[in-house]
Amino acid sequence: MSEDMIMLLFKALGETVYMVAVSMVIATIIGVPLGVLLHTTEKGGILAAPGFNKLLSSAVNAVRSIPFIILMVAIIPFTRMIVGSAIGTTAAMVPLVIASIPFIGRQVETSLKEVPFGLIEAAQSMGASPTQIIWKVLIPESLPSIVAQLTTVIIALVGESAMAGAIGGGGLGDLAIRYGYQRFRPEVMLATVVILIVLVQLVQLLGGALAKRLDKR
Amino acid sequence: MIKLSHIEKTYDSPSGPVAALKGIDLHIGKGEIYGIIGLSGAGKSTLVRCINLLERPTAGSVIVDGKDMMALSAAELREARKDIGMIFQHFNLLSSATVYDNIAFPLRLSGTDEGKISEKVTPLLKLVGLEDKADKYPAQLSGGQKQRVGIARALASDPKILLCDEATSALDPQTTRSILDLIRDINAKLHLTVVVITHEMQVIKELCTKVAVIDQGVIAEEGTVLEVFTNPQQPITQEFISVLLSNELPVAFRGGAIEQEYSEDSYLLLRLTFIGESADDPVLAGMIRQFPEVECTMLFGDLDQISGQPFGRMIIGLTGKKERMQAAMAYLASKDLKEEVIGYVRRHDHAAL
Repeated sequence: MSEDMIMLLFKALGETVYMVAVSMVIATIIGVPLGVLLHTTEKGGILAAPGFNKLLSSAVNAVRSIPFIILMVAIIPFTRMIVGSAIGTTAAMVPLVIASIPFIGRQVETSLKEVPFGLIEAAQSMGASPTQIIWKVLIPESLPSIVAQLTTVIIALVGESAMAGAIGGGGLGDLAIRYGYQRFRPEVMLATVVILIVLVQLVQLLGGALAKRLDKR
Repeated sequence: MIKLSHIEKTYDSPSGPVAALKGIDLHIGKGEIYGIIGLSGAGKSTLVRCINLLERPTAGSVIVDGKDMMALSAAELREARKDIGMIFQHFNLLSSATVYDNIAFPLRLSGTDEGKISEKVTPLLKLVGLEDKADKYPAQLSGGQKQRVGIARALASDPKILLCDEATSALDPQTTRSILDLIRDINAKLHLTVVVITHEMQVIKELCTKVAVIDQGVIAEEGTVLEVFTNPQQPITQEFISVLLSNELPVAFRGGAIEQEYSEDSYLLLRLTFIGESADDPVLAGMIRQFPEVECTMLFGDLDQISGQPFGRMIIGLTGKKERMQAAMAYLASKDLKEEVIGYVRRHDHAAL
């Protein structure tokens, strides 16, 4: 493999990491509160609002049912409105964030469900407000599980970011398609695949270790 | 301290409304250790949650320390709850927090500064005997230790009332005893009013001063523990007590013919119950001295304590001339004890006698 090719691989890796990292941060900031809302507004929840919960849940399902490749193309006008362009690495992050928010929401909801109701009841018996229950009981108690779930989301994002090549988003997937597939360079294809595997392993390893460290059960 | 009036609680279920509590009146005085016993599903857990409004009654009124709980706003209710500590069957500790942080939890909710928290938590750790476990996580503790953390946490906000919801039901007998000792200790030291929910008569017997028996959403029987134990009125109460105090005849008499009429060669079986001071009186020795010609055989004996009062039970067999036996009976009747005639059993039926 030429030196240029290796440079291209590094650049593509950088783009992938950039896309995934920034999308993940933004999606988490919005997705975690969404998950908290999904859980707490449920019937019998500490902020019970069953009507609102149904609405929110349907919206989450709707976004989650759109395949990423279609979502990416379908929201091009919206992407253009936000970042001023529909092409490029930054533009690719808009659909990545939008696809990840409901995913994170559901994952966090699942984690929060694992917190035994008795703990919430105990906190209520001590005079905790709903906000205090969210910050001091629900989130700390489900943190190991949330970290494990977010790890899964990051890995899904790595996969989705590879599709971003379709709108000129760059990254490893883009490289694999343009050089490995369209220009018949199997060694480039192989190299991107290996890098992706290592990347995912690394994310899983770190995420798993962090979740384990946080878990005191 | 706690006054529940006409409490009703109805749940909606797919098969229509289900009444869990059907008009409960309960008055719990300051400093009492009040037991509420019932089978699972009797409504006792719902009832205790009506005190701090974790469950809001469908009808009725809840007055705690002079406050009408049902009339409070959400924020006022949260404040009022800080005066009511609660411990649970499954402890409900934060698994992600250390013992220290678990006990500090209610104080942090109120925004107490860390210095004051430390001043509060350290003596509590000592009170429950967990000074060396402050930095451990709940998963590293035994069940009994977890409940001690639960108790310390419940006491952190200086409550006036402690609610115990099946607090010892998940613990083994030895641990149960030590937790009951601790609760009794706290009641005495801190003059706390304690409400104990349980399905175990043993807990009521060892800990409580008063008891209410709840059955199918109503209070079946209520009184001091001594009264209820020695003179249970309702079948459900008798059932609870029979677990602890066997009312069966000694094996040799079970299934044997018990007659109501005197005959010369039969034993008269008597069940005697001694309560309080009289349990120490040498009543039987007196009877034997006074009626030497009446032969007295002891068939069963048991001495126990209920609410710190001695409580003895005995089955004796008497035999002798009819009129002397009647005199002996009259002697017993004049003493401070309860006697119950079981019947006459023929001597030759039971060689064991």
